[in-house]
Amino acid sequence: MLFQPVNKNYHEFCIIRDKDLCINCKVCVRQCSYEAHYWDESRQKVMHDNTKCIGCHRCEALCPTAALNIVNKPSDFRTNSLWRPVFLQNIYKQADTGGVLLAGMGSPVDIPVYWDSMLLDASQVTNPSIDPLREPMELKTFLGAKPKRVKIVTGKDGKPELKTKLSPQIELDVPIMFAAMSFGAINFNLHRAMARAATETGTVYNTGEGGLHKSLYKYGKNTIVQVASGRFGVHLDYLKAGVGIEIKVGQGAKPGIGGHLPGEKINDQVSETRMIPIGSDAISPAPHHDIYSIEDLLQLIFALKEASEYKAPISVKIAAVHNVAAIASGIARAGADIVTIDGMRGGTGAAPAMIRDNVGIPIELALAQVDQRLRDEGIRNKVSIVAAGGIRCSADVVKAIALGADAVYIGTATLIAVGCTLCGRCYTGKCPWGIATNDPKLSKRQNPDIAAKKLANLIRAWGHEIEEMLGGMGLNSIESLRGNRDKLRGVGISDIELDILGIKHAGR
Amino acid sequence: MKAPDRYYDFQKDISGCGIFGVIHKGRGMISGEIPIQGMTCMHDRGNGLGGGFAAYGIYPEHADQYAFHMMCDDDNAIEGSEKMLRTYFDMHHFEPIPTRKILAIPKPPKFNRYFVTVPEKPVNEFAELPEEDYIVAVVMKINATIPGAFVVSSGKNMGAFKGVGFPEEIADLFCLDEYEAYIWTGHNRFPTNTPGWWGGAHPFTLLNWSIVHNGEISSYGINRRYLCEHDYLCTMMTDTEVVAYELDMLIRKHGLSWEMAAKCFAPPFWDEIEKMDEKDKELYTTLRATYGPGMLNGPFAILVADNNRLMGLNDRIKLRPLIVAEKDEMVFMSSEESAIRDVCPELDRVWMPKAGEPVIVDLED
Repeated sequence: MLFQPVNKNYHEFCIIRDKDLCINCKVCVRQCSYEAHYWDESRQKVMHDNTKCIGCHRCEALCPTAALNIVNKPSDFRTNSLWRPVFLQNIYKQADTGGVLLAGMGSPVDIPVYWDSMLLDASQVTNPSIDPLREPMELKTFLGAKPKRVKIVTGKDGKPELKTKLSPQIELDVPIMFAAMSFGAINFNLHRAMARAATETGTVYNTGEGGLHKSLYKYGKNTIVQVASGRFGVHLDYLKAGVGIEIKVGQGAKPGIGGHLPGEKINDQVSETRMIPIGSDAISPAPHHDIYSIEDLLQLIFALKEASEYKAPISVKIAAVHNVAAIASGIARAGADIVTIDGMRGGTGAAPAMIRDNVGIPIELALAQVDQRLRDEGIRNKVSIVAAGGIRCSADVVKAIALGADAVYIGTATLIAVGCTLCGRCYTGKCPWGIATNDPKLSKRQNPDIAAKKLANLIRAWGHEIEEMLGGMGLNSIESLRGNRDKLRGVGISDIELDILGIKHAGR
Repeated sequence: MKAPDRYYDFQKDISGCGIFGVIHKGRGMISGEIPIQGMTCMHDRGNGLGGGFAAYGIYPEHADQYAFHMMCDDDNAIEGSEKMLRTYFDMHHFEPIPTRKILAIPKPPKFNRYFVTVPEKPVNEFAELPEEDYIVAVVMKINATIPGAFVVSSGKNMGAFKGVGFPEEIADLFCLDEYEAYIWTGHNRFPTNTPGWWGGAHPFTLLNWSIVHNGEISSYGINRRYLCEHDYLCTMMTDTEVVAYELDMLIRKHGLSWEMAAKCFAPPFWDEIEKMDEKDKELYTTLRATYGPGMLNGPFAILVADNNRLMGLNDRIKLRPLIVAEKDEMVFMSSEESAIRDVCPELDRVWMPKAGEPVIVDLED
């Protein structure tokens, strides 16, 4: 044990075990799916190997005597602002394996978080703030294309008669949806929990690209089914199962590349739902091989509309990249009803670290530009905008809507609600919290009843907070906040950033 | 249209106010003394930084011509606006708007009125536009391109008179006691954040529309962006402007009735829509889903008039006062009952309109 290779020495975490408190009960041994804790037969006590710890805090949470603490390893590399520790660790790893660096969850890199640079307004004196406990406060949102104008004639009975037919819409009681996380990437317990929580709170969840388990079809009114480049689990009944269909072109965490669900995660249920053999890798290609340009996207949009008999709005999800505004405009013109933009901080089960941390742009800038571009071109009514990627709290939701989003997706926040600690090892299939794993022993750590309750609680809590903020601004309906950038002010950001966000600086 | 650069960087007037309106359903002429007295009664609802009136039926001899009330800061503005009016219109008559010299307003801008029609075959960039769009385009062009010139009103057989001062001072300045009209609206302004600007006073007008407004439109930020998508540029620094443009869009361009336009401004709540029959449910769902960005959110009481009617409307939870009263063929709408009682002590009927329910009074023909 005296000599260890350099990559063994520079692990990230240390397990601190209080020997006085530890009763050698082996809970930690059983809980740690990475085998950082073990029973030492010769010493007759629980020991641990720091190099295996991934910092998930599962052992710490379940230790009955609170004997455990997980801390960052105090020893550090020599300070160097160019060669920060992460680069050294990565190089050691790659020199050993020759492989692509994998990462899970959203990018942790230090790029500006514009949510934190925007502040909200509130009413004082000249207009009254509205108390949501005493007055109606409306968060109802419709996703889908809207007509430019409504034609109403006066009927024979003198009453107004509607001549404009509204195209299909997704009706949301709260403008927050559970983001696309496939069955397979996360397990069935959580899919069931999302479906139930969405039904309970009047919102929707997105199946992700892994198909829809046959027992979840009954939650169709609260489901958006996704069609991604691998076409896993896509068939006619599936397309007709939900209230919306989403074509996934890109994902904020890994723009420009496809997906990879390792064969270890493909059990019988996943296999049946995805329509692929048990144990085979599920690899989604980088592009859709029937979409090599915008005119192809148009064809797929209408193929899906035909298949679903024009009963469901079609969303197209793209990653926020440099020309996102022009791309979104093209998507709107290609006949999509919803454009979903996923910012570079969006989560993932597995992405090459280089891509996750270096490709794409923050959602705030992308959203602001897309909304403005669609308005400038007079086609904002043709599509709803859904923003995703790094929305952490209800204030982020309010800011996103004020920038121009119709609704938001929450993915990472959804998982945190059921216990995720962002350890970022989703791709290993060993998730100690029972989330990103299909191992029956681990996945039963998620009780679908409790998880559904927690998710519904989160939506309700954020809904209440949005109502409070809305009322404070003197508004009683979410549509008066949507795109209302006068309710936002920037702090500590440059003129060019303010201009891109389309907001004034605080104090103005 | 594409939003101009830095369109988000605007200043907005915030104000509380008093409003008063009266209509004679039989087109009987009402002396200017009535609205002046009503507004004077509500003196305390303003702070001397804005007052104004709109009057319908005041130019019967030019009833088929557009009456442009021009406000100009200096001779260059007069020259420029006059030149532009002559370029785009046939001019039939013009004159200074009569004013008195009054102590309260020592240096008012210069006011002229021009009675014009659209040439049969105009040769200019707006030639293809329908007549009313043509008028709007010229109004916007004058306001945007001629420094110091401002179109106060541009409708037929109507005019607006407004400025920085208490309404009774503005009335005195413009000799409004000498006018008679079958619809009057009046406004008293209490801005809190902007120095008075003559153009920013109410009524706000476009074509035959005139609007007086008490309130703050908290949805202004999205309303102005929405209007920009529909080719209306908000330049007046007042949220009342959006009411005028939205009326023009909803009623004139999209062909909605006044009632339906009012339902876009102050739509029924979703739980009310939920209880409606299928037909109305679909109607109001479509209306809200489509015109949501145009909804006026925040406290307001507005009076809207054109040549044929007067409408009073409150926001959805009635955060500003509005009272309506009838006496014979006259209908009054006011922020305070005292103002109505002051000009007409005996009334047939007095009521508080419900939140979001428009009161529309049509002329009898």
